[in-house]
Amino acid sequence: MIFTGRKISPGSAEGQALVTSMGISFFGGVDPTTGQVVEKGHALEGQSIAGKVLVFPTGKGSTVGSYTLYRLKKAGMAPAAILNAEAETITAVGCIISDIPCVDRIPIEQIASGMRVRVDAESGAVEVL
Amino acid sequence: MELTQEERQMLEGRDGKATRKAMEILVALGAIYGADRLLPAVSVQIAGVSFDNLGEAGLEFLSEMQAEGGKARVLTTLNPAGMDIENWQTMGIDADFALNQQRVIDAYAGMGIVPTCSCTPYLFGNLPHYGEHIAWAESSAVCYANSVLGARTNREGGPSALASALTGKTPNYGLHLSENRRPGLTVQVETQVSGTRAFGALGVALGKAIESRKLKAIPYIRGISQASLEELKSFCASLATYGGLALFHMEGITPESALFPAPDESLTISQGDIEDAIRFLDAPLAADEVDFVSLGCPHLSLNEIARVAQQLNGRKVTKTFWITTARPTKRIADQMGYTAVIEAAGAVFATDTCCVVAPIKGRFKVMVTDSAKACYYAAAKNNFQTRFLPFDEVIEEALK
Repeated sequence: MIFTGRKISPGSAEGQALVTSMGISFFGGVDPTTGQVVEKGHALEGQSIAGKVLVFPTGKGSTVGSYTLYRLKKAGMAPAAILNAEAETITAVGCIISDIPCVDRIPIEQIASGMRVRVDAESGAVEVL
Repeated sequence: MELTQEERQMLEGRDGKATRKAMEILVALGAIYGADRLLPAVSVQIAGVSFDNLGEAGLEFLSEMQAEGGKARVLTTLNPAGMDIENWQTMGIDADFALNQQRVIDAYAGMGIVPTCSCTPYLFGNLPHYGEHIAWAESSAVCYANSVLGARTNREGGPSALASALTGKTPNYGLHLSENRRPGLTVQVETQVSGTRAFGALGVALGKAIESRKLKAIPYIRGISQASLEELKSFCASLATYGGLALFHMEGITPESALFPAPDESLTISQGDIEDAIRFLDAPLAADEVDFVSLGCPHLSLNEIARVAQQLNGRKVTKTFWITTARPTKRIADQMGYTAVIEAAGAVFATDTCCVVAPIKGRFKVMVTDSAKACYYAAAKNNFQTRFLPFDEVIEEALK
């Protein structure tokens, strides 16, 4: 399965998908030192986004969330790549300043947690292996 | 998005990694919001200055951007910091915080950004004019620039404003486009509004009314016959805080109001609505329960400092009383003798900072102010109760 989306932040990566149909707020919603989702009641609560191809519809919350992604990257706990249905400012800026590949306009409902995914942000290609 | 040759070269790294990253941010935002091109931005205001909000990660990012050769290409000023840069000890700031805050300022200054830490850049030289495209963060200044000055900016975040500083560009979407500046709702104010508190309360009433509607609309406000700079800056801060608005038109007051007829859909703000908004922020507490008095959200103008000096002249305050303003405004106050009068009365200048961004959680219980925006953050960020009084009465409260 190959999808073609839109490049938001450059780079390429391969990893296991972690998928949610809920929005993610990085500031306050993800622990910046461990990569664990800590937002109460979130479908991914307790799971780590570190090293995953993180798939969610769109970001939400405070603009400081861009810096949370940067902190995760510095701690080695950032996702390998991010796939969105529709990217917004917080996630886009966070990915760019942290060198995390990001592609949006992907039919994210066709990807399931655990699938192996290859992302080439430059061409916007997302391949389910 | 169409890029010029120069923009393409910045994106390819001709001017170094910091500029490349800045261009990547703008191109990504342009793509997300459907911009056709980048516009030259003639002025930038950056938020994300207080170390209390930025944290280690933010400081690290800024230091990296500076180390990678980032340089501002247009006039760029900074939002308030978490402390008085020259006088942080008097404010009770700890040395670790002060060191980190100074590193933030140094990183910005190292990129050629003017380190006037203030939310009122338009009071001292960062003053875009009608129709100019700019890239400002700081919600109250964004609202002031769009509405009162008639300049054009989206509500930028910290990194996107920095990206505009380092490239001199901003993507062409949102409030840069004339069609997105049209009012969609007539607001009839059916009562006299006067003073910074009353204009703040009007911002609360209107902001909440707009926030509760499904469709956000730019308001076209009628019924205000007169508004001073100070009243407008208070209103902008309040409307941005309570309604998330970046633009309003006020008939006979703001420049673009003349371009549009009043929209058909309308709502009314009555005297009762203003009183409700005041009651919402003004807890019924006695003077002896108040332990913190703060004026200067947004930062005080020279006029306001003169009023404070006049009222405090020869008297003594009994509570912690912060006067928050911009360093350039403070210098003129020094020169005019206002500072000496105010300090002799026991009030403290907290220059470069304010009660919203300073690390004061847990230090006070009840704050008195004339600012609706300050009330919001006092409750949300610092857990303070608030009294919301007219400017002159705030000063009297400090003397009780």
